[in-house]
Amino acid sequence: MAAIEIDDLRVARGGKLVLPGIDLEIAAGRLTGLLGPSGSGKTTLMRAIVGVQLVEAGSVRVLGVRAGAPELRRRVGYVTQAPSVYADLTVRENLQYFAAVLGMPRGAIDDAIRTVDLGGHEGQVVRTMSGGERSRVSLATALLGRPEVLVLDEPTVGLDPVLRRDLWAAFHRFADDGVTLLVSSHVMDEAHRCQELVLMREGDIVAVTTPDELRARTGEEDLEDAFLALIEARA
Amino acid sequence: MSGRITLATAARVLRQLRRDRRTLVLVFGVPSLLLALFRYVFDGAPETFDRVGGPMVGIFPLVSMFLVTSIAMLRERTTGTLERLMSMPLAKLDLLVGYGIAFALLATVQASIASAVAFGLLGLDVNGSIWLVLAFAVLNALLGMSLGLFLSAFASTEFQAVQFMPAVILPQVLLCGLLVPRDRMAPLLEWVSAALPMTYAYDGLARATSGATGACVAVDVAVVTGTILVALALGAATLRRRTP
Repeated sequence: MAAIEIDDLRVARGGKLVLPGIDLEIAAGRLTGLLGPSGSGKTTLMRAIVGVQLVEAGSVRVLGVRAGAPELRRRVGYVTQAPSVYADLTVRENLQYFAAVLGMPRGAIDDAIRTVDLGGHEGQVVRTMSGGERSRVSLATALLGRPEVLVLDEPTVGLDPVLRRDLWAAFHRFADDGVTLLVSSHVMDEAHRCQELVLMREGDIVAVTTPDELRARTGEEDLEDAFLALIEARA
Repeated sequence: MSGRITLATAARVLRQLRRDRRTLVLVFGVPSLLLALFRYVFDGAPETFDRVGGPMVGIFPLVSMFLVTSIAMLRERTTGTLERLMSMPLAKLDLLVGYGIAFALLATVQASIASAVAFGLLGLDVNGSIWLVLAFAVLNALLGMSLGLFLSAFASTEFQAVQFMPAVILPQVLLCGLLVPRDRMAPLLEWVSAALPMTYAYDGLARATSGATGACVAVDVAVVTGTILVALALGAATLRRRTP
């Protein structure tokens, strides 16, 4: 079953057609990686799925409803690439505010802090934190509402390898609990951590596959080489 | 709209301000400093201070809240927090009213300090009601907030947002009657001033400090309140769930 259905989605930004007509289905309850070089349209696609992107044409449905519909605002969590939290508030104050907006109890705040491993930093003002810590605060706010669909734009960029591994383990736990995750990355070495793969390049979907299938199809062990082989085969 | 989200928003805005001590010191201190300056610049003509001092107490919140709101809103837009909120179950009114409550509280403190200094230390002498001056100060803060909220949509940097102050607020200070009675201006300017909201804000304050009450003050309050509602509606229209 598909949690996200995209039909002939066209998006123009700054007069340029960034997504020239995309068809895509994202499986429910799976961890899907959206991979491609920067500028390939990953963020635009994610914004369209969350319903904050003005689109030219096409349809995007999430959990059977038009993307951006009011009833989805509780059910879909979104983390932008740049941390979108209040820099002049502490970690806990940020989470308290967003939890109030989402109508979530205090326990949700502690759970979110634990998941992103920010225990002990609750009282720290976000402005004084490192880039990686800030993006974890941003991620924690998206986890607060315990959404059914999580759209994460490059959540692990610049993070410590140990923490990256732990976060991916958390993403797998969410998927096991039935959450649909769409996680973007521009580094192919994260592809092997995903259950499903969507490869993008220059606004096009190059392949919808799995890590094993991609290796088998291209005969390449390394997923970066496999991606290259796919692109060369298309050219 | 939800009372819980609105109040949480107001509390969040106040927390952000509390962390910015220097801004608070400036917002609370500068009006008193300027009033003191005014008092001694017109040392030889105390009747001028008595005429202008009261209205000034009520005009400061308009200028401060205009600036604070336009920058705060611009930050919400540029740091992505607005986009996050717009993807959450938050009504636009929650955000607007939340800001309104926070800045009305801030303005109450600001105007109270300015009043205490003006009436207590500087010997400002008015015939009217100090309470009416305070009420107008809060109303003016809401006017400044709603104008700042709306205009921040047209600024893409903090430099631009700051320049809206001299562009939008200063002409109104010149034309509202504070410096020169409006009937002594060039007829065209008098006509223009009749269309500007600060004219009514000043007019109400001038009447309040001279002891006038009743219908004329009510008209001023109605015009200022109407402008606040229109600016808030326009501001709400600039908060888009979907952006390019």
